[in-house]
This record gives sequence, C-alpha cells and structure tokens, in this order.
Amino acid sequence: MIEGSQLLALLLDAGITHVPWLPDSELGRWEAALARAQKPQLIRVCREGEAIAIAAGLLLGGAQPLVMLQCTGLFEAGDALRNVVHDLQLPLRLFVGVRSWKASRSGPVTDTCPRFIQPYVDAWQLRSRWLSGTADDFATALLEPGPLVLLWPE
Amino acid sequence: MMTLLEALRPIAQHRGDQLVISTMAAVGVWPTLSDGPLDFAYMPSAMGHAPGIAQGWALATGRGVIVLNGDGSTLMNLGCLVTLAQTPANVKLVILDNGLYEVTGGQPICRAGQVDFMAMASAAGLRGFRYSNLSTWQAECERRLQTPGPLVLHLLIEGKLGQTTPKPLRAMAEQIRRLQQYLRQREDSEPK
Repeated sequence: MIEGSQLLALLLDAGITHVPWLPDSELGRWEAALARAQKPQLIRVCREGEAIAIAAGLLLGGAQPLVMLQCTGLFEAGDALRNVVHDLQLPLRLFVGVRSWKASRSGPVTDTCPRFIQPYVDAWQLRSRWLSGTADDFATALLEPGPLVLLWPE
Repeated sequence: MMTLLEALRPIAQHRGDQLVISTMAAVGVWPTLSDGPLDFAYMPSAMGHAPGIAQGWALATGRGVIVLNGDGSTLMNLGCLVTLAQTPANVKLVILDNGLYEVTGGQPICRAGQVDFMAMASAAGLRGFRYSNLSTWQAECERRLQTPGPLVLHLLIEGKLGQTTPKPLRAMAEQIRRLQQYLRQREDSEPK
C-alpha cells in the first residue's frame, strides 16, 4: 500500500492539480494526507457522477484532475462518464478501487464487482490499466494521457 | 410568473464576463440573447451535471459561472448543492422552475410546484433567493449576479407543452475550442 505522503508526492510530480474524491475504505486511508495538503486540492462530492462532471469543468478550465473513487461509484456514474469522455471528448483520468479483486483471484467471491469492472470499462470504450500497487508503477501510469482508467486491486 | 425569455433577459444584460452554461430548454432561448465564447450550451449533456462542470471550471479559472439549470435537472443531482457548499466556487445556480420536463414534451417533475428549492439550498449551506415576479427579478438581478457565488437563484417561470429538444448552435468540439481560446487570450492579456 502506498502511504499518504507518498501518494501526495506522486500526484504533485505528475502535475495533478485537483482530486475529485469519493473514497471507499481502502482509498480512505489517504484521506488525511489529501485533506491536509493545499495541493492538489481535494474536492469531496456526494455522488460519483458529480466527481466526473467537476473533473470535466476543471479540464475545460486548464487544470489536471484525477478522479478517485470506488468501482461501485463508477458503475453509478455511467452517463457522466459517457458524456465527458465521448461527447465532450475530454482527457478524463480516473483512479478506481476495485472491491474484492484480490479475493476473486484466489477463489469464488459473492461480490459481483470483480466480474463486471473490466467489461464495464470496455463497454465505455475506455483505455484501462491495472496497477500493481507499487509507487513506481503508479508514477508511470500517471504519466499516461487520458482518457484513462487506472484500476486499483482491493 | 415570467416566461423563460423574460427570465433570461436580465441575466444576459448583467452577466458581465461570467461563463453562462445553458441546459435543456434554455439551450434554445439563450442564443437569441447572447452568443459568444462564454456562452456554453451543455448539450449533449449528462442531465443534472451542469453545476458540477460549472464548479470545476470556476475552481480551475477563478472566474464566475452562471448555470441555467432546469428544475428537473436540479432534482436529478441535489447533491450538487452540498458539494458546492463543501468546496465553494463562484457559481450562480439559476433554477428555472416550470414544473415540467419541457424538452421531452412537458411531463411533470416530481411534486411539481411544491418543491422548496430555497429550503434545500439553505439546508445544504448555500444562500439563495426566489423570484416569481418579473419586475422584482429585473430590479435585483444585477445585484445577485455581481455577488460572488456560490448562490442559488430560483426563478418560477411559465412552462410550455409540446416542446422538442432544442439543438445547440454549435457542435460541442467547436464550443470547447472557442471557450478555451478565449480563456488563453484573456490569460495572456492579464497582468501576471
């Protein structure tokens, strides 16, 4: 697991200016570090589609956001995602925690998130990349242009 | 009660250099009042998400934004009120309340005419004002639009039945190109 201070440094190095954010329990470990930082600016939202719309406005205004949320929120936010990536054609980048992914690799799980995340991302015709969990891998992934979904195994 | 055109006319007069994001029925009317790089017709849209786009743009640029939102659009994303209060930005959210989903022909929204958007805004932590009288709106619009946001302006307007979805004057890519070009020119001309 990347530590909060390490995450901040990675985001700043990559030029991320804002983090529209609705965390799950795993991403939530970074909450304190992100909340303390002046940059990138943390933007808490009530629902994940909002995070995508706010990121669109930030991109239109010249900022470099990274939306951070859980896969369940990505499922909910489908219309915002479709609109921002395909209608507005903005280089949206998302960091998505994939619930139960690690457990699903070692046996059957009742959680359907692992089953649907990749087909969902593919259906929206989004480029995706699974992260290994190391800081180096994350740093490299942050240099890739959007639209891009970074999938974080949980 | 006022018509949509009557409600929008004072906004066009007093918006200054604020970005105006129009949605739904306003997309068809606003270009008759203003059509420049700072007029952004959010269509095709993800319904309900214009306030989020406005918030992001205002945070990125430090500039003001006016959102011409429908009552149905606002109901689809009430959380935007709380999100805007949580991370304040210079956004004026204009809720054009006709009680209808007008662009789909005029079906009523949930609890049409009974939804207290001002109470919701206040509970979320936002200031807001309601206008049902045209002359009062005309008299106070300039002051409201010159007040730094976030601010909610709830306008009660007449609905129309049998309307169709309006078409924006320009494709989205062209609108974005105009807006970003304007922003670059403004930033280049402003003192550093």
